[in-house]
Amino acid sequence: MSFARIARRSFLATAMAIGAFAAGAGRAQAVEIQYWQYVFDTRVQAMTELIKQFEAANPGITVKQVTFPYADYQTRLIAAKAAGRGPEVMQLFYGWLDTFIAGKLVQPLPKATFKDAEIEKDFFPIVSAMKRDGQYYGLPTAVRAMALFYNKDLFQKAGLDPEKPPQTLDELVAAAKAIVRRDGAGNFQQVGMALDIARQDHNWWREILVRNYGGESYSPDGRNVAYNTEAGAKALEFYTGLQKVHRVGQEGFMDEGQAAFRAGLAGMVVDGTFRVASYKTIQSFKWGVAELPTFDGKKANFGSYFANAIGASATGEKLAAAEKFLAFISSEKAMNVWLEKVGELPARRAVALTEANIKDPIYGPFIRALDYSSTPPMVDESAQRQVSIDMINGVLLKDLPIKDALSTAATREQAILDKFKPK
Amino acid sequence: MTATTLSPRSAGSGGVWGRLSISTKQIVWAWAFLALPVLFFAIVRFYPTLEAFYLSVTDWDLLNEARFIGLDNYRKLFADPVFWQVFRNTFAYLVFGTPIAIMLSFAIAYYLDRVTFLHGLIRALYFLPYLTTAAAMAWVWRWFYQPPPIGVINSILGFAGVPAQPFLRSIDQALPAIMLTAIWAHLGFQIIIFMAGLRAIPTSYYEAARIDGLGEGAILTRITIPLLKPTTVFLVVFSSIGFLRIFDQVYNMTSNDPGGPLNSTKPLVLMIYQTAFSSYQMGYAAAQTVVLFTILFSISMAQLWILRSR
Repeated sequence: MSFARIARRSFLATAMAIGAFAAGAGRAQAVEIQYWQYVFDTRVQAMTELIKQFEAANPGITVKQVTFPYADYQTRLIAAKAAGRGPEVMQLFYGWLDTFIAGKLVQPLPKATFKDAEIEKDFFPIVSAMKRDGQYYGLPTAVRAMALFYNKDLFQKAGLDPEKPPQTLDELVAAAKAIVRRDGAGNFQQVGMALDIARQDHNWWREILVRNYGGESYSPDGRNVAYNTEAGAKALEFYTGLQKVHRVGQEGFMDEGQAAFRAGLAGMVVDGTFRVASYKTIQSFKWGVAELPTFDGKKANFGSYFANAIGASATGEKLAAAEKFLAFISSEKAMNVWLEKVGELPARRAVALTEANIKDPIYGPFIRALDYSSTPPMVDESAQRQVSIDMINGVLLKDLPIKDALSTAATREQAILDKFKPK
Repeated sequence: MTATTLSPRSAGSGGVWGRLSISTKQIVWAWAFLALPVLFFAIVRFYPTLEAFYLSVTDWDLLNEARFIGLDNYRKLFADPVFWQVFRNTFAYLVFGTPIAIMLSFAIAYYLDRVTFLHGLIRALYFLPYLTTAAAMAWVWRWFYQPPPIGVINSILGFAGVPAQPFLRSIDQALPAIMLTAIWAHLGFQIIIFMAGLRAIPTSYYEAARIDGLGEGAILTRITIPLLKPTTVFLVVFSSIGFLRIFDQVYNMTSNDPGGPLNSTKPLVLMIYQTAFSSYQMGYAAAQTVVLFTILFSISMAQLWILRSR
């Protein structure tokens, strides 16, 4: 290697170093942190808006938003951790927390900035699902609950009062029977109730119907399955009865439950707050939202959320910036932006429980449900969901007796919970 | 290998290089040019394959250090009823899919070869599905199979007075329904290859046979099929590997509940995907890939041996 070549190389290196230094100086020692979430148009737009506001208030910090398709999102986070380049702040489903703590993807929130007493006073109780061994690991911007969406036009056509949605499970069945339409060959032309096990119905069964019938889904510490009881059996019988006995709907009708509802071919569907923005674009009919029907006066709902947490790798000034950013996106101001842009319920009581929100015909039923919502333990969300799906399919497609399907599911899910037991 | 590739340049002319014979030089140059793809394959293909064998005896979950656990993953796998269901499904795709695909594509190629009217257009129509993205095709078929009122196939059945079929929502019909789309997707490719094989048979054989008074059936069984053997062997091996690795169609057509209701359509590759990327049990998934590798390897070898030329 010649001298000229070495000289040229070192010159290049020096030039690059100067360039890098100049760039750094030009941005006044800006700290850049990354925020990761999955792709969902309104969420990305809301976050872009929040980042703009945050950067205006904190000139020394820039936040880069990185998004991935939902199907890849969790994998990307885990792969990034394995490669040692995770984000400073990330969005995660509450049910992923145990996996993420075990894998050292997240760190506990610093108690100086995020005080336990304040969190517990200001946020809805379901935030406790982010607490492990006395430490909070994340805070949500928005929370989700479930409700009954119903097609007012179809109610009217079936001779039902469009302003009086069903309040009990019996009324739900009666309304669905009035709405359902079949052709001469018995094929559904219009369903009373859109049924979609894989999307929300497995939650409706496990977290809501089981409790409607007086049971519990899990033990209070979340370590044991508790639905293998009389109440669980009744709940499963009710849900599968919608297809097998009352024949008011069919899994797979219009491919997806939400598609059937959007098309105006379903009288009712159980879905979450996250569906509101999409249903708001419906032009062809009027729809309404109601609190989920009860049985024997027992109310139940399923609260869930994506929380924001600080990545385990953040240290020093990046950690300080991440703390500031997390505090900002969990603030009342941010929650209002989120409610307006995404349509998800604010996680702070003060923002959610305003007179206007409680009376809102769309958000009201969800917000009223937050007080009696429960948030079950989820250690492996997709595996646990699969157990419920298989249980329901076993009854529907293989005619398994309710009790057998239920106990098989309970055994399988208990095995999943046991894997995550502290050793 | 890398050392040999560097020798031509570093030695310079007149040294060791100059004393080599032409044929040796040619070999060295051949290796020099081959070095890049060989290196690429070694790093991108062979190394990960060997690594998978190692991972299959660990409990690696992406997050924690891999721990050696011996054959536990294999024990767990063979005791898992889902694995055996998936195993049966995978073989159902293979055992029914490959012969149907081969016979169908041969029949079409055999008759298409004789058609002169619009020959090019018909051939193009058969080949078209092969050019389409598997995922897009799977979604179109998913809609075909929908229950009334939107499913095309069920609408046709309705006109014919046949009751609506559940197809993808049935534990018995879902697998054949998906297999059919996979056969259809690869039909074009197989037809083209068969036609090339048919064209390669010298016409003089046929002429001689006809002069000798052989019937069409005899010509088919005595001349065409035996002479197509190399083509058939290639397509059987190729199609078998395709069915053993089936994934796109299944995943996209049953994405609500991947693998169909109660795992009725789940092939081994989808199980591997879910174990690795939904549950993050990389070690367990690696054990499954080793099993798949063994199956693929032994079936391909067996087919090559059975269909070998004498």
